[in-house]
Amino acid sequence: MRKLLKRMQRREIIMCLICSFLLLGQIYFDLKMPDYMSALTVLIQTPGSAISEVWITGAKMLLCTLASAVLCIACGYLAAKVASGFTFVLRRDLFTHVSALGQQEMLGFSVPSLITRTTNDITQIQMVIAMGLQALIKSPVMAVWAILKILGKSWELSLVTAGYVVVICVTVTLIVTSVLPRFRIVQRLTDKLNRIARENLTGINVVHAFNAEEYQNHKFDQTNQEMKSTQLKNQRTFAVLQPLMGLGMNGLSLTIFWVGAALLSGMPVSDPAGRLTMFSNIMVFSTYATYVVMSFMMLVMIFMLLPPAEVSAERINEVLDTKPAIQEGTKEDGTEVGTLEFRHVSLRYPDAAEDDLHDVSFQVKQGQTLAIIGATGSGKTTLVSLIARFYDATEGEVLIDGRNIKEYTFDALYNKLGYGTQKAVMFSGTVAENIAFGACRTEITSQTIDRAISLARASEFVSKMDGGTNYKIAQGGRNVSGGQKQRLSIARALARNPEILVFDDSFSALDYRTDATLRAGLTRELANTTKIIVAQRISTIRHADQILVLDEGRIVGDGTHEELIRTCPVYREIAMSQLSDAELAQ
Amino acid sequence: MKKKNLFASLGKAFGYMKRKIPMIIFAMILAVFGAVLTIIGPGKIGDITTLMQQGLYGNMDLNAIGRMGIFLILVYGGSALFTFTQHFIMATITLDTSKRMRGDLIEKINRVPMSYFNRTAQGDVLSRITNDVQTLQQGLSNSMPNIITAGAQFFGCLIMMFVTEWRLAICVLGVTFFGMLLLMLVMGRSQKYFIAQQENIGTLNGFVEEMYSGHEVLRISRAGDKVNAHFAKLNEAVYDSNWRSQFLSGVMQPLMTVMGNIGYAVVCVVGAILTMNGTIPFGVIISFVLYVRLFTAPLTQIAQGMTNLQSAAASANRIFDLLETEELSDESHKTEALNEVKGAVSFDHVQFSYPDTPDKIIIKDFSAQIHPGQKVAIVGPTGAGKTTMVNLLMRFFEVNRGSITIDGVPTDQIKRENLHNLFSMVLQDTWLFEGTVRENLVYNMKHISEEDLERVCSACGLTHFIHSLPNGFDTELSDSTTISAGQKQLLTIARAMLPNSPMLILDEATSSVDTRMELVIQKAMDALTEGRTSFVIAHRLSTIKNADLILVMKDGDVIESGDHETLMQQGGFYCDLYNSQFDRTE
Repeated sequence: MRKLLKRMQRREIIMCLICSFLLLGQIYFDLKMPDYMSALTVLIQTPGSAISEVWITGAKMLLCTLASAVLCIACGYLAAKVASGFTFVLRRDLFTHVSALGQQEMLGFSVPSLITRTTNDITQIQMVIAMGLQALIKSPVMAVWAILKILGKSWELSLVTAGYVVVICVTVTLIVTSVLPRFRIVQRLTDKLNRIARENLTGINVVHAFNAEEYQNHKFDQTNQEMKSTQLKNQRTFAVLQPLMGLGMNGLSLTIFWVGAALLSGMPVSDPAGRLTMFSNIMVFSTYATYVVMSFMMLVMIFMLLPPAEVSAERINEVLDTKPAIQEGTKEDGTEVGTLEFRHVSLRYPDAAEDDLHDVSFQVKQGQTLAIIGATGSGKTTLVSLIARFYDATEGEVLIDGRNIKEYTFDALYNKLGYGTQKAVMFSGTVAENIAFGACRTEITSQTIDRAISLARASEFVSKMDGGTNYKIAQGGRNVSGGQKQRLSIARALARNPEILVFDDSFSALDYRTDATLRAGLTRELANTTKIIVAQRISTIRHADQILVLDEGRIVGDGTHEELIRTCPVYREIAMSQLSDAELAQ
Repeated sequence: MKKKNLFASLGKAFGYMKRKIPMIIFAMILAVFGAVLTIIGPGKIGDITTLMQQGLYGNMDLNAIGRMGIFLILVYGGSALFTFTQHFIMATITLDTSKRMRGDLIEKINRVPMSYFNRTAQGDVLSRITNDVQTLQQGLSNSMPNIITAGAQFFGCLIMMFVTEWRLAICVLGVTFFGMLLLMLVMGRSQKYFIAQQENIGTLNGFVEEMYSGHEVLRISRAGDKVNAHFAKLNEAVYDSNWRSQFLSGVMQPLMTVMGNIGYAVVCVVGAILTMNGTIPFGVIISFVLYVRLFTAPLTQIAQGMTNLQSAAASANRIFDLLETEELSDESHKTEALNEVKGAVSFDHVQFSYPDTPDKIIIKDFSAQIHPGQKVAIVGPTGAGKTTMVNLLMRFFEVNRGSITIDGVPTDQIKRENLHNLFSMVLQDTWLFEGTVRENLVYNMKHISEEDLERVCSACGLTHFIHSLPNGFDTELSDSTTISAGQKQLLTIARAMLPNSPMLILDEATSSVDTRMELVIQKAMDALTEGRTSFVIAHRLSTIKNADLILVMKDGDVIESGDHETLMQQGGFYCDLYNSQFDRTE
């Protein structure tokens, strides 16, 4: 938590300071009240006091209250600004940080968990700051001040007060420490419940198809039960807290009066002035002692709020402390145009036993088409993901335009690339917004968008949509079909007007005709653009300039369709599984 | 939310807890007792002070003070005990209820028709299970007893004050009345910002979820600046409504304290004058000083409690909205059962549109006769309604008109469970959950032996993959496990092959699997499904070339049907589609 607070901006810190200053004023006025109270007591007890003096004292009391009220509102304003301002910054920092994280870190945290951390966890922290900030400043000051006021008035009564404070503090500490570890468990269980429910929702078809409703319910029930019993222990422990506080407050004033009475009666009757002083001291004491206990109780309340917030702070820090493994370079330009080269590239995922890619080398010239084919899990996606630096090679170099991609700034690197992901991603927004997503070398105009749509063979269905390119796509692209999503995702890559296009199995949901015309269009219109295509279908890649055949992370074939049919057994097998002999001969 | 809705939703929540109501009433009575007992305190303390003051210049009646002290200890102790028991009971009841609620929600999810999920976003449903249940739980366990306690305290104090000294009581009441007006004003205003706050956080949450999920695209599109700018706008809105609501609600409590202080000043002054006139004894002032505190505190609590109850009611509303959603029709009366099926499936003039958009006919007039043991392929462009047909066959959705029969028995005359048992199904979207490979494969099926597992995995070409995993079948699968899209598909295929059902549905089941592997699987599946009816949807025409019957769909209708040779000879849509893979358009 403390670590997180270091991120507070100067503006918030200044506001915090002003707030503390105002709070001091407020406390001053608040604590002035009992003084007047005791002055009144003396007035009442002294025979012959003028009523006008009572009025004057009363007016002063009222003024104090109003001053305190004004300060209090100002404090509330500042506290609200500080809490919201701080979390505003925190949310922004976290979001920006997560956006800059690499694939590896994202998967490590898991997306749902990162979402919770960006919203829920930050809200938790904000609650504590909003509620705790004032109390945190106010209570110690008030406690000290009140203690100063009563100090030396009566050591017996001071002892009583101190005793209460110690007992309350010890009890609360005990309660909080016993509860804290379970808060962490509750947070984890919430994540788990969320996950199981989420799994059930995403797989609802499978659940029904397997008649697995009971199985899912049971699975959820186990965690649900665990959640309940953990929370129950916490809540029951907390049930002690409030009555205990009440008992402390009430008990203290009772004890003060009781002990006070005993002290008073012990004093000699011959000293009426001393007795009067003692009596008014007891009155003042009863008020200030309550202030002392109240301040400590306020601190306790913060401690009650702290445990869940502390857990949240840890979760946020965990993300903020994660440095992306992939850092950008400084170079803007390469030495060539549109070339791609792999030099003895190997990749091993963290924790994996063996290489996922092993000693991969190849070269592609500007305008050429490179196709990558291979069995399931042979490393095709892994290979192209290295081009976009989703991961960095563990050994060897990847070069674009004659320069190691690690040397480029991210902007420079990604401006050279247009990348169609395996899973077509759509955002809520219009078709045009989805295609012109992000930034590239040149501004993406509506002409660029139209051209990209037409090249991606998406014109037909886009024009049929309500509003054409202004058609609103729902979250996750729920209102467009799988094939349409793929074509829009291809259009997005094309609109960037890149030097190198990468398509990771982006044609899989297209029928043959669309696939063929799309690729023909690319060859015709984008002759100078280098194209890297991962595919399963021989028909998609057979006309490529160069075909890489991958098997278990190694290149087992490199050449054109005709060459590979003759020389590469793996390729031949793949081809034969799709085409008849007659078709192969075509 | 309107007042009426608030009570209606809370009423439902109480109806849900019907069996616990006696316990709740008991807890509430305890709360009232606890509150009433604390009210006795100030009067007695006042009496003690009066006794002390009377004995100030003579002998003090220490015995009487002692008796009152002991009485007060009992009163305070009793009050603490009552409050504790009340908290304990409420914690137990509400946690129990929220557990039951979560369980009921998850069961409900598995019982509502699929169309519910077309209307409601997944994140929204999840939020009901976790956030809303929690809000309701907190609202009920804290706010309700607080409001009751505070109410009891408020009225108790009022009565006691009037009994003790009516003039001072009227003064305090006047101040409080003014305070209440102020409070209502603030509450009314803050409510608006609270609602805005919830909405803004919701929007932000949605945006964050989208951006984190589409993280890859964000990175390669260099959309960081645009996205951050948009995030900043949303964050700004959150900040704005945040500090406003916080300020107004945060200022409420100090404002009440100020009211208390004004009351305190008024009591002191008026009390002093009355005492000096000899109208009231000094102890009354002390009693009133304590009463003022007891009197104003409940107001703040009631105000806060009402705010919390309002959000609890909003959550209850969302929870019951889901719990009361129409369920899949009850089938307990259906006695017809299909056990030994031959596998003749016929579609008879099936017409279908989604319940939400009855005008948009998805399937117009679909008829087909499938003989036992036939392999049926459904092909056609995206959006033609292929997956919809599968959904209708499995009765995930019900047909508008026409009927589907298996062995002459209409599917809507047998139980869904029975129908689902007849099919093994593999879907377009692979669904794996967090758990071991074994758990993912066996799922809810019973009597699956180790041999069955090995056999099916080897048929699906998974043996090598599973053995390369660190713990074989017992390897945990999670988001961070790197398995390729194809391997995921293989795992889901293996899961579907395990139960050995008489019929099979494959919806784009092998789209990410390489074609050689597909051949292997197909062979295994053909062996497995020999004599079994199977339905296959695939884009890769090589997958379905050997089907006994190919149904070509376009815009919700079958436009051609027959086997590969027949369709090729017809030279229609299918022939065109098939030939397009050999087009030399490049």
